[in-house]
Amino acid sequence: MSGAPSGWLGRLRSGLGKSSNRLAGGIGSLLSERKLDAATLGDLEDLLITADLGVETAARLTEQISQRRFAADVPEAEVRAALAKDIAEILEPVARPLDTTARPEAGPQVILVVGVNGTGKTTTIGKLAQQLREQGKSVMLAAGDTFRAAAIDQLKLWGERTGASVVAQDPGTDPAAVAFDALQRARAEQTDVLLIDTAGRLHNKADLMAELEKVIRVLRKIDPDVPHEVLLVLDATTGQNAHAQVETFKELVAVSGLIVTKLDGSARGGVIVGLADRFGLPIYAIGVGEGADDLRPFAAQDFADSLLGLSA
Amino acid sequence: MFDTLTERLGKVFDGLTRRGALSEADITAALREVRVALLEADVALPVVRDLVAAVQERATGQEVLKSITPGQTVIKIVHDHLVETLGSEAVEIDLNAPTPVPMLLVGLQGSGKTTTTAKLANYLVEKQGKKVIMASLDVRRPAAQEQLRVLGDQALIPTLDIKLGEAPVDIARRAMDRGRREGYDVVLLDTAGRLAVDDDMMDEAVAIRDAVKPHETLLVADAMTGQDAVNIGRVFHEKVGLTGIVLTRIDGDARGGAALSMRAVTGCPIKLLGTGEGLGALEPFHPDRIVGRILGMGDVVGLVEKAQEVVEEEQARKVAAKIQKGQFDLEDMADQLRQVKKMGGMGGIMSMLPGAGKIQKQMAQHNIDDSMIRRQEAIILSMTPGERHRPALIKASRKRRVAAGSGTSVQEINKLLKQFQQLQSMMKKMKKMGGRMLPMGGGMPGGALPPGFGR
Ligand SMILES: Nc1nc2c(ncn2[C@@H]2O[C@H](COP(=O)(O)OP(=O)(O)OP(=O)(O)O)[C@@H](O)[C@H]2O)c(=O)[nH]1
Ligand SMILES: Nc1nc2c(ncn2[C@@H]2O[C@H](COP(=O)(O)OP(=O)(O)O)[C@@H](O)[C@H]2O)c(=O)[nH]1
Ligand SMILES: [Mg+2]
Ligand SMILES: [Mg+2]
Repeated sequence: MSGAPSGWLGRLRSGLGKSSNRLAGGIGSLLSERKLDAATLGDLEDLLITADLGVETAARLTEQISQRRFAADVPEAEVRAALAKDIAEILEPVARPLDTTARPEAGPQVILVVGVNGTGKTTTIGKLAQQLREQGKSVMLAAGDTFRAAAIDQLKLWGERTGASVVAQDPGTDPAAVAFDALQRARAEQTDVLLIDTAGRLHNKADLMAELEKVIRVLRKIDPDVPHEVLLVLDATTGQNAHAQVETFKELVAVSGLIVTKLDGSARGGVIVGLADRFGLPIYAIGVGEGADDLRPFAAQDFADSLLGLSA
Repeated sequence: MFDTLTERLGKVFDGLTRRGALSEADITAALREVRVALLEADVALPVVRDLVAAVQERATGQEVLKSITPGQTVIKIVHDHLVETLGSEAVEIDLNAPTPVPMLLVGLQGSGKTTTTAKLANYLVEKQGKKVIMASLDVRRPAAQEQLRVLGDQALIPTLDIKLGEAPVDIARRAMDRGRREGYDVVLLDTAGRLAVDDDMMDEAVAIRDAVKPHETLLVADAMTGQDAVNIGRVFHEKVGLTGIVLTRIDGDARGGAALSMRAVTGCPIKLLGTGEGLGALEPFHPDRIVGRILGMGDVVGLVEKAQEVVEEEQARKVAAKIQKGQFDLEDMADQLRQVKKMGGMGGIMSMLPGAGKIQKQMAQHNIDDSMIRRQEAIILSMTPGERHRPALIKASRKRRVAAGSGTSVQEINKLLKQFQQLQSMMKKMKKMGGRMLPMGGGMPGGALPPGFGR
């Protein structure tokens, strides 16, 4: 992204900045005039709500702060820091990177990438491929989105960009067949990592979810241990529906970790605080741009600080 | 996971009815629930505040205080107010300009712009008989231009030829030139996804706008969008200037509060809804449907229409006749299960049903879900036609065969057969009573959930 400050934290901040400044500014103006009374806490709660934390999580966090004893003239930064710390505590356990070091003996590490439409699955695969290639690994991409127009071409371009090989069949082919074929080839070619792209699908569409279950079933005919990871890609712009997405994908295809994209935008992705609390799924990485290098580790305290405008 | 407004208000008012008259404090409590319901539906906070204030004004009138069903009255007031906010009348795509009419589609990454471009083109060609050409100005995302070309080929709608390395503004100008030269009615311009905070990209959008002066500039936004909807709507409207909004992925189960947020902050009408990935999945906007969703009252209109679409007349008559003759067999039951699936599975139906929250909880308690439907269908498919017609044939060894064939257990076979029996006897009873059974009754939750349908 041109124009934005370089460095990922800079980008994250510049993205989160606008909104968190408002959030921070809001708290600031509240606290300089009033004590931490009920009305103030209510406003604080509202401010968390505007970051998509959800009514319930926002209420719980505010309640937690209200239990704390603050001096009547507490500096605003102190309350913000306390709030950020609480949020970071929730996020800390889920801030775990994707482990690509342990390569299974039998074949490639198999990573299946799933999610609703347009969240950034294919781009994230490109970014992961880039990282893995930089670590000197051989990478194969499977073009499992045989539905969306030019999805295969999109993945092929990512293959060219990152030096990963791409296994693809014709549009309209059963994605399970593509995945099966790709796994066989990856094993034959002794590829280190196989990344499988899938078509975007809404979690409430039973037939499309069944299609995804079939991909896994068919892969397991080759190796019962695969896929080693099932990544659910979430868009940070999404509101409370992210809960339903995680719930359903987790139940039906055993999601092992999340990647949250588009955190370079003005959406703050606060819904992941509630998700972390409820599902405890690791957040393997975050997406902060459209380029191959725009994937970052998820750091709990940094995220919480950025959310509250503390580190900017 | 979220309670519907009906449930929420139920909790507030249930305790009050015995006490008689309502107080202003009761109304305040009710409005708190309205606020929470709207926020859970992802309506942006500043918009929620305005809405609640407006509703308060209307609700504190004698209407609610005197009502014997205050919950219903509050819901009605909220419902009506939200419908008004969204604009009670559908606003069509405006073609009233010299041809070729330029239209620009803008929005965040992955919101559905390209798909919507193709759908809109298809709509204008099919429904309005217009001559339409499309061009993709997305030179950023890999294969984005190719995506629109493929969609154009599928829909038999021409797309501007792709020239490698051409800048978006130049593509837009070339598209207009060709539109003029070849007598097109409409030129649809698909653009790259851009973030509201990305100044360079927003400037690009402005440059495109200035180059072609679009008659319609549509913001394509995802129905799942959260609180950021107000920022997105505001910035795109301030910088590029919008004439309408298209809300995509209405076929999902998001409550869709973004509709209210964006409408409130831009003042622009929501013109179209994206209801699926196919080229035909574009619908005019119905405010009351969206409001029903936001309030968790279900998209009743949508459900009925969907049912009409899916259940073919012919088929329905056939099943009804079979029921009448007491010939309803497992084949028919499988048909019913398939229809449930076609309607987007249990989740799809549930998300459209009124009072879905409660039924959903009951269904969860009984483990009624889509995987069950799939398993039951698999069981029936593993039977021979003879067995499907005469389930009595299915004895122990056949049960084992069917279980193995369908990847289920004998227990599950037993359960299904028992359900089928219950379904049959229920139908016989209904026949005796002279009642007419809904053709979809076999699989439909709510009205005619067969006894023992759960696990
Ligand atoms: N700004 C920004 N854009 C992103 C990010 N990740 C993906 N995108 C963009 O989001 C859009 C959709 O990304 P895709 O990778 O095609 O998403 P997908 O989930 O594969 O989409 P479908 O296959 O169509 O469901 C593209 O325009 C990407 O460039 C991110 O972290 N930040
Ligand atoms: N279920 C559903 N998917 C949609 C809808 N509109 C677009 N999509 C899907 O969303 C994804 C992104 O769409 P696309 O048109 O490429 O978005 P763009 O990046 O804004 O151009 C694709 O997978 C589309 O098939 C819709 O109304 N419903
Ligand atoms: Mg994709
Ligand atoms: Mg596009």
